[in-house]
Amino acid sequence: MELSTLWFLLIAVLFTGYFILEGFDFGVGILLPVLGRDERERRVLINTIGPVWDGNEVWVLTAGGAMFAAFPAWYATLFSGFYLPLLLILVALILRGVAFEYRGKRPEPRWKARWDAAIFAGSLLPALLWGVAFGNIVRGVRLDADHEYAGTLWHLLNPYALLGGLVTLTLFTTHGAVFLALKTTGDIRARANALAARAGLVAAALAVAFLAWTLLGVRGGAAAAVLAVLAAAALVAGLAANRAGREGWAFVGTAAAIALSVATLFSALYPNVLPSISDSANSLTVDNASSTPYTLKIMTWVALVFTPVVLLYQGWTYWVFRRRVDVRDIPDT
Amino acid sequence: MDVLDLARWQFGVTTVYHFLFVPITIGLSFLVAVMQTVWARTRDERWLRLTRFYGKLLLINFAMGVVTGIVQEFQFGMNWSDYSRFVGDIFGAPLAIEALLAFFLESTFLGLWIFGWDRLPARVHLACIWAVSIGTILSAYFILAANSWMQHPVGYRFNPDTGRAELTDFAAVLTNKVTLVTFPHTLAGCFLTAGALVLAVALWHLVRRPGTDQAPAFRTAAKLGAWVTIGAAVATLVTGDVQGKIMTEVQPMKMAAAEALYETEQPAAFSVFTIGTLDGSREVYALKIPDLLSWLATGDPDGTVEGINDLQARYAAQYGPGSYTPIIPVTYWSFRLMIGFGMLAAIAAVWALWTLRRGRAPTSRWLARTAVVLPLLPLAANSFGWIFTEMGRQPWIVFSEMLTRDGVSRTVSTGEVVTSLAGFTLLYGLLAFVEVRLLLRYAKAGLPDVSPPPPSDVDSDQDRPLSFAY
Ligand code: HDD
Ligand code: HEM
Ligand code: HEM
Repeated sequence: MELSTLWFLLIAVLFTGYFILEGFDFGVGILLPVLGRDERERRVLINTIGPVWDGNEVWVLTAGGAMFAAFPAWYATLFSGFYLPLLLILVALILRGVAFEYRGKRPEPRWKARWDAAIFAGSLLPALLWGVAFGNIVRGVRLDADHEYAGTLWHLLNPYALLGGLVTLTLFTTHGAVFLALKTTGDIRARANALAARAGLVAAALAVAFLAWTLLGVRGGAAAAVLAVLAAAALVAGLAANRAGREGWAFVGTAAAIALSVATLFSALYPNVLPSISDSANSLTVDNASSTPYTLKIMTWVALVFTPVVLLYQGWTYWVFRRRVDVRDIPDT
Repeated sequence: MDVLDLARWQFGVTTVYHFLFVPITIGLSFLVAVMQTVWARTRDERWLRLTRFYGKLLLINFAMGVVTGIVQEFQFGMNWSDYSRFVGDIFGAPLAIEALLAFFLESTFLGLWIFGWDRLPARVHLACIWAVSIGTILSAYFILAANSWMQHPVGYRFNPDTGRAELTDFAAVLTNKVTLVTFPHTLAGCFLTAGALVLAVALWHLVRRPGTDQAPAFRTAAKLGAWVTIGAAVATLVTGDVQGKIMTEVQPMKMAAAEALYETEQPAAFSVFTIGTLDGSREVYALKIPDLLSWLATGDPDGTVEGINDLQARYAAQYGPGSYTPIIPVTYWSFRLMIGFGMLAAIAAVWALWTLRRGRAPTSRWLARTAVVLPLLPLAANSFGWIFTEMGRQPWIVFSEMLTRDGVSRTVSTGEVVTSLAGFTLLYGLLAFVEVRLLLRYAKAGLPDVSPPPPSDVDSDQDRPLSFAY
């Protein structure tokens, strides 16, 4: 396999990891005002992701760095072209990150309420906008002969991409609810379970519509079609497990659904990294966007050695904090 | 203002802001790890209380370092897309490696440290804060390797077919001589900052709240902070001196600009400050130390230091017509302010140590006032250091290879950059206000109580409430 193809795969893996892990963080943030009825409950919700959210976020930083190193032209065109949506994502991530750390640092209810609002909005916006961004990447944008973005902000807000945004939003919400059912006890657990069932239906309907649109109307071959069917099946299986109260399996199901959806999109995209809809000669592909083989070789070695180490210690974190969080765990302030 | 100016302002504002939190995180995570280690060794409760106290301040600061760093990661693509296309081959690699090696390490183990007080065996918990500290230092190394490449590109060739710089020797990039000296200098600046912070908070408590049960612990902290500050100041001096010589070698224009030295001189004097105009046309008064600049730049008190006019003529002949001179007042003053503010912090530390000598209790109100401004001095020194380094490189974005104006994104509109610049400035201003108030609140609150929790009805350790939770 060519190294540039390998790096295309690795970037797909990094975004998959990001959407699975930060996906449930976003879901928990979105559900904070819905499932957290009082202060103690809201603290339970936040503490389910407290030890891990920052490590989860690093997946997107690594994905961004890997794009910069392996496909500089992709990194450059994408982030300058999607300037304002990316700005919104950054602002959301800033507010959200500070909010987790600061909300417990003062006792006043108003202080906490404001940070709770920041957590909610800071989770909802990226959950929506990442889907819009990926919708546009797969659909393709106007690129000029220099492979520079030639569209406007309004071109990014097309129905297909917006549907993609709704898919990630509902999928992450469901994934977050399933995660909460897995990580809490008692009343919150029951409510999270019920909510996952309802949100899951919406997510499933939207996801099926979006994947069908992708395959029939946008791009993708047989492999993408198989992956899409598997994604839908995983989601349905996850929801069935949720209904049966098998929380671990439900979480595996929603996680697999996210992974397979991302795989569908990247499979449909290949060998493009950012297709041009104005003139296909202007498309950015794994060949014309990539770095030199020497850079890719070094990056491959670094990734081969260190990715397993990272996976080991991140996995260990989840093991250390595997216990469910209970309202009794929350100390008085 | 056009897109270029706006993008420059945005990069300057967001990066300098990021670097207010970076030195505190790097220095303080190490010092907190030291405190916890001493506690683990001695079981002296003082050290546990200090660990928890400074640990809280570290966390408040860390959050801001993380979120402002996220902006940095994507800003190259957003605002400097032509630059990113040109250097991605070389510059992207250390950035990606930084994320994989350093950011995962620091963020994952910080989470373990915060939430692991009652969940992890003591030794493992201690190892977590050390892992955080190692992560921050690794992160500094890789980002400085990337930045040093822009100051002094090595290990690459220019490919005329693609119009891009291509990596040929990654080891050369990681062992760039500019990296090797920038790294210790920047780390020393970070320890100066954290030392001054530890000292300042402790000193304030000693003067303002004498005789409490916290005084012995704060006394220890004050001494630790003062020694770290002084040691780090010496280290910035030594490394800065080496850096000056390397800089003269690879970017002679920056040294000439640091001194506003227009005509080549041998030997050259160092001016401590100048009153007059800095375009070199008129000088009312300048305090000069003879031969010092020659020594700083070349290591020989009699060495020749090239002046701006000669260098400008040489560069124009080599790279084509145009100005290759940075903005002289900025480089001249930022260089002096970097050194000045850093050394002021060291003097304050010496004074504090003197008042603490042989069991004496410090009482001077002036000492308490100094404590309030003390943490700001090294922060200012760090900012001016970066402003000097980056502005002194202008008009190049990659020295001798690419001009800053050629690196900016062509498809991003003025309106978009105005939006992001205004957005970041407002948001960062607001967060600064919140952050400083929180820091002051926790700094004033004093040491936490660490007496063991009352026995509860649950038996196993695993079932105790999380003591450090959000
Ligand atoms: C000398 C050190 C240094 C320098 C020059 C920079 N940083 Fe930084 N950065 C750090 C040292 C650091 C750190 C100590 O590792 C931080 C600070 C606080 C923290 O949480 O980690 C960090 C955080 C941090 C994060 C968040 C990491 C996380 O989520 O844990 C990102 C993405 C960046 N930085 C990226 C950058 C970029 C792209 C820079 C160049 C313009 C940059 N930093 C300059
Ligand atoms: C890898 C790291 C870095 C890269 C790639 C980088 C690159 C740049 C770029 C593209 C600019 C805009 C062009 C210009 O006006 O100079 C700039 C300016 C600047 N950067 Fe850096 N920089 C890096 C690290 C830093 C750091 C860590 C600081 C520290 C605080 C810093 C401080 C500045 C300042 C003060 C300016 C001047 C802003 C202005 O021109 O208005 N830089 N740098
Ligand atoms: C006598 C003392 C000092 C000398 C001679 C000195 C020298 C230098 C030089 C020559 C540079 C520019 C390097 C380049 O662009 O290639 C630099 C940069 C810098 N200095 Fe200093 N410095 C001193 C003190 C300090 C202090 C006290 C601090 C902070 C507390 C500090 C923080 C920085 C920082 C953050 C940079 C930018 C990063 C870098 O290029 O290393 N310096 N210094």
